[in-house]
Amino acid sequence: MSHHTISVRGLGFVYPDGTRALEGVSFEVGHGEAIAVVGANGAGKSTLLLHLNGLLSPSEGSIDIGGVPVTKGTLPEIRRTVGMVFQDPDDQLFMPTVAEDVGFGPMNLGLPPEGVEARVAEALARVEAAHLRERPPYHLSGGEKRAVAIATVLAMEPNILVMDEPSSGLDPKARRRVIGLLASFAHTRILATHDLDLAAELCERTIVMSGGRVAADGPTAEIFADDVLLEAGGLERPLGMQGCPVCRTK
Amino acid sequence: MSTVAAGLSTLDRLDRLARRDTVVHRVDPRAKVVTTFVFILCVVSFDRYEVLALLPFVLFPVVLASEGGIPFGFLGRILLVVSPFALLVGAFNPWFDREVVAQFGGLELSGGWVSYASIVLRFLLTTAAALVLTATTSFNGVCLALEKLRVPDVFVTQLLLLYRYIFVLGEETLRLSQARRLRSFGGRGMGLRVYTQMLGQLLLRTVARAQRIYLAMKCRGFDGQVRMAKRLHFGAADLVFVLGWSAAFALFRIVDVPQWLGRLVTGVAG
Ligand SMILES: Nc1ncnc2c1ncn2[C@@H]1O[C@H](COP(=O)(O)OP(=O)(O)OP(=O)(O)O)[C@@H](O)[C@H]1O
Ligand SMILES: [Mg+2]
Repeated sequence: MSHHTISVRGLGFVYPDGTRALEGVSFEVGHGEAIAVVGANGAGKSTLLLHLNGLLSPSEGSIDIGGVPVTKGTLPEIRRTVGMVFQDPDDQLFMPTVAEDVGFGPMNLGLPPEGVEARVAEALARVEAAHLRERPPYHLSGGEKRAVAIATVLAMEPNILVMDEPSSGLDPKARRRVIGLLASFAHTRILATHDLDLAAELCERTIVMSGGRVAADGPTAEIFADDVLLEAGGLERPLGMQGCPVCRTK
Repeated sequence: MSTVAAGLSTLDRLDRLARRDTVVHRVDPRAKVVTTFVFILCVVSFDRYEVLALLPFVLFPVVLASEGGIPFGFLGRILLVVSPFALLVGAFNPWFDREVVAQFGGLELSGGWVSYASIVLRFLLTTAAALVLTATTSFNGVCLALEKLRVPDVFVTQLLLLYRYIFVLGEETLRLSQARRLRSFGGRGMGLRVYTQMLGQLLLRTVARAQRIYLAMKCRGFDGQVRMAKRLHFGAADLVFVLGWSAAFALFRIVDVPQWLGRLVTGVAG
């Protein structure tokens, strides 16, 4: 798995209660690419991401990660390759202290204690959360939780990062830090987000989801300039691309 | 439902106390777990009419709590909250066992009352010891010790997850009851019907949440076993801790210390 690519073909998914969440979703992601997945609430973004490391298995279609099909047999390998940051960090943090939480993945990879410790220290330093090590995760602020949740994934040293709403619930400064952090990664990245400014800043390419289908897939700048398309996807131009509301210039 | 908040904050306080650094905290978790186990064994193995001979055992939780910086008020409050349980368990003894075992002047003391007192005392002693153990070792530390003492993984993992689940359940309960309080005016919407619906909601929500947490764990290679990183070091001091306390417990168990002291005092006086 030397190439960190993703290939999704004809993906369809129906939840057990009969809700059809995805239909005929296909796209390819190249090595090192950063892609934004945008769309209205309920468009199927989270459902799509959960397929990328096999937490949900397709009702139709198939997924390859780095040329390896996602099947029951390849799951351990897939999950080492694809690191997933959840929409709600509270779902991701479950150990009594931050350090133990970040160390949970590396422990399961079977690393020796020194190796685990090195990964924990490095991942926490990376997200500037080293001072939180001994704190219980459920007592951190939203921004701190997010940083630690990202660290738990970084500690696994994945090749591909998948993030659901990395900037939701963050104050402007914390959001800046997360954007800076994400920009510094060379990983193949897929970000589901409502924060179109973040998408515009971090991703060269954007996929617009609507009603479980891919409504558009192309260069971010072009997509965000297409008002008809954005309207159809229940979206608005990012503020950075709107004219100034005071002086009415572009 | 504010009892939920109180319960959570108690657990939380236990966790915070456990993160201190005192002589007691530094004792190897295994040493503390084993010693507490011996303590409990000795306490429960007494004859059912024994009360006075149990008193010296108070020393263990008291010494550990004071050396470990655990406030007595905090321990006392928890004991007070859980004691109705013990009071209920033994409540029928005085009823069934009316044989007189002692007389003080005109007052007759039946065996039932004595064994009742014994049950309550034992309950308080063992609970206090378990609390002090957790407050100086952390719940995690206790689990870690159990794992290293070769208690089966399944059991330890269950305990750890159960502990985590208590917080999930508690937090969901708080959120739910807060949401209701915000929208019920003048006591409306606080009735039993809403209450039962809320219980159903609570169950579904915690299950959904537990499922998401489980997914997150699977993402990070969880295979049914929680591995803990900490290395433990069992030193000479830890051995002294275990042996010293165990010897004391054995002494308290075999020799009736209060009676012996009493005889010593009257002997000297006479
Ligand atoms: N566990 C579930 N069971 C049944 N239906 C679900 C479940 N989770 C999501 N859905 C449905 O699937 C559809 C897609 O949901 P999804 O969570 O993927 O949307 P999303 O694009 O991530 O939305 P948001 O922006 O609000 O996070 C929605 O119609 C939703 O109601
Ligand atoms: Mg979502």
